[in-house]
Amino acid sequence: MEQKTGTWTEKKGLAQMLKGGVIMDVVTPEHAKIAEDAGACAVMALERVPADIRANGGVARMSDPDLILKIMDAVTIPVMAKCRIGHFVEAQILEAIGVDYIDESEVLTPADESNHILKHNFKVPFVCGCRNLGEALRRVGEGAAMIRTKGEAGTGDVVEAVRHARTVLGEIRRLITMADEELMAYAKEIGAPYELVKETKELGRMPVVNFAAGGVATPADAALMMQLGVDGVFVGSGIFKSGDPAKRAAAIVKAVTHYKDAGILAEVSKNLGEPMVGRNVSQMPEGEKIAGRGW
Amino acid sequence: MKIGVLALQGDFSEHISMLKSIGVEAVEVRLPKHLDGLSGLIIPGGESTTIGKLAVAYDLMEPLREFGKSHAIWGTCAGAIFLSKDAKVNQPLLGLMDITVQRNAFGRQVDSFETDLDIEELKKASGTTHPYHAVFIRAPIIEAVHGQAKALAALEDGRIVAAREGRLLATSFHPELTSDARFHQYFISLAG
Repeated sequence: MEQKTGTWTEKKGLAQMLKGGVIMDVVTPEHAKIAEDAGACAVMALERVPADIRANGGVARMSDPDLILKIMDAVTIPVMAKCRIGHFVEAQILEAIGVDYIDESEVLTPADESNHILKHNFKVPFVCGCRNLGEALRRVGEGAAMIRTKGEAGTGDVVEAVRHARTVLGEIRRLITMADEELMAYAKEIGAPYELVKETKELGRMPVVNFAAGGVATPADAALMMQLGVDGVFVGSGIFKSGDPAKRAAAIVKAVTHYKDAGILAEVSKNLGEPMVGRNVSQMPEGEKIAGRGW
Repeated sequence: MKIGVLALQGDFSEHISMLKSIGVEAVEVRLPKHLDGLSGLIIPGGESTTIGKLAVAYDLMEPLREFGKSHAIWGTCAGAIFLSKDAKVNQPLLGLMDITVQRNAFGRQVDSFETDLDIEELKKASGTTHPYHAVFIRAPIIEAVHGQAKALAALEDGRIVAAREGRLLATSFHPELTSDARFHQYFISLAG
């Protein structure tokens, strides 16, 4: 019988398999192995974690495909990689080398200041960042099969992750209470496709899997995001910029599974060594913030 | 009847929704004590390495093996790997089903696929004749069935994608991602 690949069910489905899990940024095959051994459900392969991208400045681009391939060889779990916003050729390259998910990411320097990639054109699924429901549903409209709230990457400060998750989930709660005849005006107001606004109301949740990202540094941060109502957590700089990455990674994995059990959260939060040195987002100049990238 | 769904990681909420849609009470299982009073257990899709490590960390391995001796357990995708005796890699396995599985047998995500399967046992159990639409995601295959385990479904090329051993069930694919409840009904009949 006929086999169909690259379907919407397949794209959304892989994200569903990642739920309740932690996706970790890794910059070497050794990091990837540590992440897998700690229980990561996927890794994000990149040359520099967001904290270093901030520190280095300059233009941040897709990572060297050879590095990504080496990371793919090192682990059995899914491997994601980032391309620049709107850079559909970087995406074609990542698809060609066989990554399992592409993150069209604001952490890299945008390549197009008006348009995102038309993600329906690809067989490989995409995840995109958002700060609110309108932005999330525009990305889903372009073909993103998974969404993550942006937070503020590379800071170790969870405040923006909380702001974005509360915004998106709060907007969905309000949408659920709206009358059907109000949906078109609401779609116009938030700049989202009407059909997806309607689908979100019917489902009572985001039509694709929704993770949190950007500033998660501790098991408590991860459990906080889960209790707010996201499906899982990305941890970028928070693990490999800390004193004991293997231990912290395993603790965050446990915290995401047992996010409602304060006894277990207390246990896994003990003796983790130094957390990453944070950057307080409220004292950061506007120009250094990256969550505003994306349209 | 109350069915548990192992909720360490993966798409456990999809299984719970499907069970509720056919009128079955379903609860999340994260610790050994959550197995009390259950008639059966589903181990969902997800990452088998993550699920295995969390099961070891929270002392679930032996309680799950004990549970499987007298209850129905169904593993989908990662769950099928976790149920197997042999996955040809070094990761925690329950070893309850006498099957050999090959992880990621079809390649990477771009090779994941949907297809129709003719599953005689499912048709017979449900009194239906239409094929079963199966969703495979970075799926394993059941390379071989041994002992009391028997193949339930195979692709056209003969590769086994579902197996049963008594009240234990393994599928490479994800019935919880479809709207077809026949597999869940079939599992409930094993648990009942």
